[in-house]
Amino acid sequence: MVYLTRKLEFSAAHLYHNPALSVEENKRIFGKCNNPHGHGHNYTLEVTVTGEPDPVTGMVVDLKELKEILEREITQRMDHRFLNYEVAELKGQIPTCENIVRVIWNLLEPKISKGRLHKVRLYETPDLYADCYRNGAHGA
Amino acid sequence: MKGGLKIELGRRYRFSASHRLHSSRLNEEENRRVYGKCNNPYGHGHNYVVEVSVSGAVDPATGMIANLADLDSFVEREVIEPFDHKSLNEDVAAFRENVPTTENICKEIFERLKRFPKAKLERVRVEETGNNTFEYAGEEL
Repeated sequence: MVYLTRKLEFSAAHLYHNPALSVEENKRIFGKCNNPHGHGHNYTLEVTVTGEPDPVTGMVVDLKELKEILEREITQRMDHRFLNYEVAELKGQIPTCENIVRVIWNLLEPKISKGRLHKVRLYETPDLYADCYRNGAHGA
Repeated sequence: MKGGLKIELGRRYRFSASHRLHSSRLNEEENRRVYGKCNNPYGHGHNYVVEVSVSGAVDPATGMIANLADLDSFVEREVIEPFDHKSLNEDVAAFRENVPTTENICKEIFERLKRFPKAKLERVRVEETGNNTFEYAGEEL
């Protein structure tokens, strides 16, 4: 098995607020991430696909095709958007790194026809990220 | 391999500390041969980066595996405060006998952080420099 990772960046705004909780609870749990008008990050996404290289092309996956999937599914959907209000898949969820990475996994997995999606890592800042992978696949 | 999805949270921390690699089980000459300049008698230092990975269910009310404020304060108390701007050999009891190689530092940090009550510790990665990285995920692999 060979693992291939493609990286992309997008910039987006979000805020953390749970309408089922009181104003004070929201402030206590989410801190400055609860500021009402939101804030933003430069996100870095790493998408890892695994498979055996095709004997004819030497490729696990056609990078051009992968790039187009990422452009269509992620960049167009999330780049320069307010995640809470403009990304339908995140409706009703707090747009934490944990939740966004799962949404990204669910968007990408059915679209990847060559190779298999192995891991998605989303950096919110260089010091904070979330990984999503299938149970049983190693995280590293 | 169509299991459910697993989510992990990764967080990077930093501390700066000095150490000297010197084993009481080796003689002076062997220490110099094994550890080279890392055996220089007065020690030297590094800017360490510690990457901590935890897993668990994502709480639907918060969207979080663990509140970062809880993780940050736990790591601060257990690792950063006792290690930062310290001499690992002199100031951290675990390294009085154990040589503070980054292998051992990585294991010591894992042992300290596995008590984190709000999520499961998956692994600890320590960068001694940008070129040397060590990873430990406990023994039960």
